[in-house]
Amino acid sequence: MNQPIAFTLKPTSAPAVAVDSPPKMSARGVDVFYGEKQALFDVDIDIHRNRVTALIGPSGCGKSTFIRCLNRMNDVIADARVRGSITLDGQDIHDPGLDVVSLRARVGMVFQKPNPFPKSVYENVAYGPRIHGLAASRGELDDIVRASLERAGLWGEVAERLNEPGTSLSGGQQQRLCIARAIAVDPEVILMDEPCSALDPIATARIEELIDELRLNFAIVIVTHSMQQAARVSQHTAFFHLGKLVEQGPTEQIFTSPRDERTQGYVTGRFG
Amino acid sequence: MTIADHIVKSFDEELNRLHQTIVQMGGLAEAQLQGAIDALVRRDAGLAAEIVRADHRIDELELEVSQRAIRVLALRQPMALDLRSVVAALKISSDIERIGDYAANVAKRAAVLAQSPPIKTVGGIQRMSRLAQQLIKDVLDAYVAADAQKADAAWRRDEEIDEMYGSLFRELLTYMMEDPRNIGPSTHLLFVAKNIERIGDHATNIAETIHFLVHGRPIDAARPKGDTTNLAVAAAPSAEPGAGA
Repeated sequence: MNQPIAFTLKPTSAPAVAVDSPPKMSARGVDVFYGEKQALFDVDIDIHRNRVTALIGPSGCGKSTFIRCLNRMNDVIADARVRGSITLDGQDIHDPGLDVVSLRARVGMVFQKPNPFPKSVYENVAYGPRIHGLAASRGELDDIVRASLERAGLWGEVAERLNEPGTSLSGGQQQRLCIARAIAVDPEVILMDEPCSALDPIATARIEELIDELRLNFAIVIVTHSMQQAARVSQHTAFFHLGKLVEQGPTEQIFTSPRDERTQGYVTGRFG
Repeated sequence: MTIADHIVKSFDEELNRLHQTIVQMGGLAEAQLQGAIDALVRRDAGLAAEIVRADHRIDELELEVSQRAIRVLALRQPMALDLRSVVAALKISSDIERIGDYAANVAKRAAVLAQSPPIKTVGGIQRMSRLAQQLIKDVLDAYVAADAQKADAAWRRDEEIDEMYGSLFRELLTYMMEDPRNIGPSTHLLFVAKNIERIGDHATNIAETIHFLVHGRPIDAARPKGDTTNLAVAAAPSAEPGAGA
């Protein structure tokens, strides 16, 4: 506690967001219907590499619906209909010629509650690369598993426990295991739907640190209910309200001087 | 600006207390300046001493603002307008604290001036001070009403004070040249005028902060700069001997 306060100046490792480069993903005029009910209205947003995009808004505002559009997770909901265009590297993700399984390998997802497979730590990570045929040999698979766990910041904690069930890990470890599982198939975009809502603050901080590191290699989209978390981890923030994307912009601007009154009201805790 | 209440009511209460403390501070600073000028005009050393002693109350309120602001930052993690209002409170309180210091310094000099023969420039200082007080009052009103237009208008008016300072400067200089015995009291009055001019600057700082508080971006235009002859005149005497020869 009595340490002197000292600052060390070190260059930040994270690259600047190359906004000039074409967006990794691009959504234009996206409407989503669940049966008769329209859940999203005319959403336009670009998702860039090396950038964390946070989607915020009150419950039921459509942010989770939107993130699920990005890897066609809404396909599995029987009466869900998606209209408008969503592209990945310029290619329409609804193109009939595009294989949805390979889309989900390129656009990985981490969910709210850690959901490891009821298998060993090793198998949790190895599963994806194996079904996508990414490893030619057991040795290669071992390397992928190790590299993924290292990138997820989990290797040190599970190196001796690879054969234990994934579910035996702590909640924070399980979530990092799920992140390792998502990155094992070498995706380009990682979608995170409230990845920390079931975790304690320390485990949350680890995940946030991890998100910041993952930004070096991926485009990240995160849905979060914690505005502080959005402020901490993201560079771009989009505010959804009643199915509409109300305002988006640099995170700093959204949290210091939002332009729309609804955004102001939400981020200052006046409605939601 | 009509802003809905927070869902958490105690948050509103904390912000209100913060704003009220600022307003209280501002009122005190305004009164301190008024008192210091009264002491100067009435040559009342007793009142001057009272004003000097009362300055600590403004300092205490500044401390209270800091503590309240830190508390809100730590416990509420304010965002957007709320965040700006807490930062604005911190900035405005330090401007008001400086205004209080300048007022106390005017009072100190008033006590000294009460011992020396009267100088008629005091009338000009009184007028200048009235402008400064009006400016403080206007920016405080603008703060209470979160009225950026009013703050902007006050911000532009500081020019008048700068101009008055320039003319007082020239006037006092002539007194000093007329009679070296005037140099002591004139110098004190010059400092008094400078203090009031600085008070005007702090009031414009507050106006800028209010603009930022309301709009979320700084005032973009450059502030009109008043009379700069006091700088030109200051250089003149050293050049004169060579030129006059």
